[in-house]
Amino acid sequence: MVLNLKKIAAAGVLAASVLATPAYAADNIKVGVISILEGAFAALGQDGIRGAELAFIEAGNKAAGKDVEIVVMSSDASPDSAVNAARKLIEQDKVDIIVGPLSGSEGIALRDLSKGYKGVTFINGSSAAQDATFRDGSDNFFRFGGDGAQWMAGVGTYAYKELGYKKVAIVAEDYSFPYTQVLGFMSEFCGAGGRVPEKFWTPIGAKDYSSIVYAIPDDVDALFVALGGADAVNFLTQYNQAGGSKPIIGGTITIDQSILDSKGPFRKLLVGTPAGTPTVSDFDGEEWKAFATSYTKAFPDGLSAPSIFAHHYYMAGKAALLALEQVKGDLSNDHKAFRAALTKLEFVTPTGGTMRLDENRNGIIDSFITEVFEREDGTYGNRVLKVVRNVSQTLGYDADKFRAMGPVSRDNPSCP
Amino acid sequence: MSRLILPILIICLAVPLIASEFWLTQILGRSLILGITALSLTFLTAYLGVVSFAQITLAGVAGYTVAYFSANTAGIGIELPWMITMLLALAFATLAGGLIGLIAKQSVGIYSIMITLAISMAFFYFTRQNYSIFNGWTGFSGITAPAVFGVDFGDPVAFYYLCLATAFIAVGLVICFVASPLGLATQGVRDAARRVRSLGIPTSTVIVSAYAFSGFIAGMGGVLNVWHQERISSFSVGLGPTIDILIISVIGGMRHPLGAFIGAIAYVLIDTYAIDLISRDRFNTVIGLVLLVIVIASPEGILGTLKSVKERIKNVTN
Amino acid sequence: MKFFFIVFFNGLTLAALYFIAACGFTLIFGLMRTVNMAHGVLLLFGAYVGYEFVELTGQWSLGILAGGIGAAVVGAILQTTILGRYQGDELRQTLITIAISIIMADLMLWGWGGLTYQIALPEMLQGGVRLPLLNVGYSSVRLTLMIIAVVIGVLLWLLIAKTKLGIIIRAGVDDRTMLEALGFDTKKIFIIVFAIGSMLAGMAGVISGSALSVAPGTDFQFLLSSLVVVIVGGMGSVGGAALGALLIGLAEQYGLAYAPTYGVVFTFVIMVAVLAFRPQGILGKAEK
Repeated sequence: MVLNLKKIAAAGVLAASVLATPAYAADNIKVGVISILEGAFAALGQDGIRGAELAFIEAGNKAAGKDVEIVVMSSDASPDSAVNAARKLIEQDKVDIIVGPLSGSEGIALRDLSKGYKGVTFINGSSAAQDATFRDGSDNFFRFGGDGAQWMAGVGTYAYKELGYKKVAIVAEDYSFPYTQVLGFMSEFCGAGGRVPEKFWTPIGAKDYSSIVYAIPDDVDALFVALGGADAVNFLTQYNQAGGSKPIIGGTITIDQSILDSKGPFRKLLVGTPAGTPTVSDFDGEEWKAFATSYTKAFPDGLSAPSIFAHHYYMAGKAALLALEQVKGDLSNDHKAFRAALTKLEFVTPTGGTMRLDENRNGIIDSFITEVFEREDGTYGNRVLKVVRNVSQTLGYDADKFRAMGPVSRDNPSCP
Repeated sequence: MSRLILPILIICLAVPLIASEFWLTQILGRSLILGITALSLTFLTAYLGVVSFAQITLAGVAGYTVAYFSANTAGIGIELPWMITMLLALAFATLAGGLIGLIAKQSVGIYSIMITLAISMAFFYFTRQNYSIFNGWTGFSGITAPAVFGVDFGDPVAFYYLCLATAFIAVGLVICFVASPLGLATQGVRDAARRVRSLGIPTSTVIVSAYAFSGFIAGMGGVLNVWHQERISSFSVGLGPTIDILIISVIGGMRHPLGAFIGAIAYVLIDTYAIDLISRDRFNTVIGLVLLVIVIASPEGILGTLKSVKERIKNVTN
Repeated sequence: MKFFFIVFFNGLTLAALYFIAACGFTLIFGLMRTVNMAHGVLLLFGAYVGYEFVELTGQWSLGILAGGIGAAVVGAILQTTILGRYQGDELRQTLITIAISIIMADLMLWGWGGLTYQIALPEMLQGGVRLPLLNVGYSSVRLTLMIIAVVIGVLLWLLIAKTKLGIIIRAGVDDRTMLEALGFDTKKIFIIVFAIGSMLAGMAGVISGSALSVAPGTDFQFLLSSLVVVIVGGMGSVGGAALGALLIGLAEQYGLAYAPTYGVVFTFVIMVAVLAFRPQGILGKAEK
């Protein structure tokens, strides 16, 4: 009985505390951050949050003299959860700006949601689906970064011309983000004359790739592997154990710091792997060194260098802060001035380039061809082989022609 | 319990006067929708005596039907008038329910959980892998609630009333079904299948009808859910939502239809606010602990606990 | 044709892993009727403990032992403090173990972070060997999995068929009330069984963490695969688990090789088909 009463009392207090409208001072600017803090992508999501927080910490949690408050919500990689998180941030916490989300389909979901909330500005985190900005865009959804295809810029040409690969087989997870990455790789590789005789789309979270390993044709010169997290680890390990010896070209998240900082012997299999990425953990530039130092100082228990997620959430946060400064914190009139400032914003990125947006509010970025190497202290990182500047979302194609290629899928593009 | 119906009704109708839009849609609307889907499970558990993990699948069948036959941004499907779409959705969900009943009719106890879990997982992976009908991983988005006679159900207040009305209809249907001859036969199968059979009533027909009826109820939840989320994808029919529905039913209490709704409100509150109550990194621990405490402390769910508290108070005052 | 046989072999080795992962689950399920939804987190916990021990000592076998003991201790604590009180209340136990798995998964995310862990194998198991006849390279550790599976299967069979505990367990599967009436302390037996089941889960975690890798989410995957294997084979039966693992392992590999798009659906379609015609699983005993 006593226990029950206590429970009811506790529930009452709980209910009262959540029913009460949160105190809302007009002078504050509230920023909601959506990232994945549970399940298989939790490590990536945590690093995303670190990136966003770093931008605000560096600004002293102030913009144009106003206090900036951050509210964090977790999604679980599903579009539904991202939408619920955003609605809670907007309607309950009354945020002005949302930074996030992390993964591709979530990004498309938030773009659709943003059309119904004219009073909130959405700045994409690290979600990299092409369609989030390219088709059916929303004028309050901004991406200060590229999509998965832009991140592969230069890799196809490099593989064909410099590495001399003529035929490449593809192993990638079966969903929108890897489709986009494969597009980025194939549009150059096939354009240069290369062939992709076979694509293996594997279900995300597959543990056992052994039968894929043996199905890879003998006559290909290399493998393009676009797998993330444990999937990449499992595939690489099994490929190696089965005596596989084809060189590997990595997708962006296959060589991300979040994989290189994982624990176990598989990492040495990645050494020397070329890949395309906008984030180079050991980039040799002043801005990056400052960024990485600031990251390590703020988060001593973070990764050994910022991951692609920290990097992109950081740029999203930074873009919001810079534009707020420009308009002196003026968010009136459905953020009109603020959005105009975002659209025209230019700033120096941690990788030393200049970030700016195209007419679809998508970033024109610098991308890199990198290779994995073992650092002196025995940990692993990425270093630059080649820089590709000013990569647009249409990958240099004419916009109409690029659009006519149609949305990416398992079978598009194709050059067997 | 019947004395409480009027006050509950009045409170429910009056809520839009005080609640914010967020509360109307994200807390109460979502709770009602989850409650309706959970009701389809509590119905099966209370009156047929089986636990089904496939109720989210049935809701998903209805949801995907709505998405496929409505305007959406996936570019898949045929747009039909909303009324036909809705009826199709309910019909498919009912059919799917009957089909599951047909497959699972021999299974009881833990085995009914397992076979329905297998069905639900098969459906989940199928929707994730199939692009021609289900649009795979990404699914459908851009679906909006219809406007009927000038009432736009996309509006929070209108949508709340729609959910509320549907919930009352669902509860009413369950009560009618239970009192009908078929409903009595269902309870007979639960208690003594052999005796029902010896009366000349084919038990498998009864079981299949009960599953089909639960499909209809779950379908109502599924239609509303798509209008509420404005989207559906493979994630909406995955293991997570499946377990959520089970949790909702159990913490609310399986004995009475209202339990599903109480469980749903409790679940939605925890799900939405756990992250604010504790550091953002450990909110899942809070969710797990709350679930553990409810399961351990109140065998009959929250509703059961409320009832026993009421009875004890009555005993004391007497 | 060669490819067909290789896929068959892959199916066998995967089945070995599934069997190793599932036998703790079937033991607990079989005797106690407890659907232990915390099986996956116990497996993951074992893997993390095993990783720490292998890093510390460099001994793979010590890691397996430590992972098993770690999970056994947690399992025994769970059964003693919470689960034991609700013996016989299947649904409530299912829910309690779901709650425990949510909590434990979150605490492990706290303790070990979200990154992927792979446990270092001893030198002789790294890399691969060439298979005779098929003349392809094959992973040594996968071959070892088959040996481990056979050893665990035989030991379990001996435990159940030849020891006194086994006799009690079998009696418990058939008629628990009678066992209690005969004066056996089922509470204590249940704790022992739960600890053994958890130990098997923990060891399986270390093994799969070495053969593949573990990360948050691995718990869910192995819970699901164990459920399917045990249900298809028939609960509580070691032979059933082996048969179920074989069926699922082969289905998964052939699916991946020949129909990658819908391969994942096959597993569950098989499960549905088996259960529709034999609700108690292939080798399970019908409920009375």
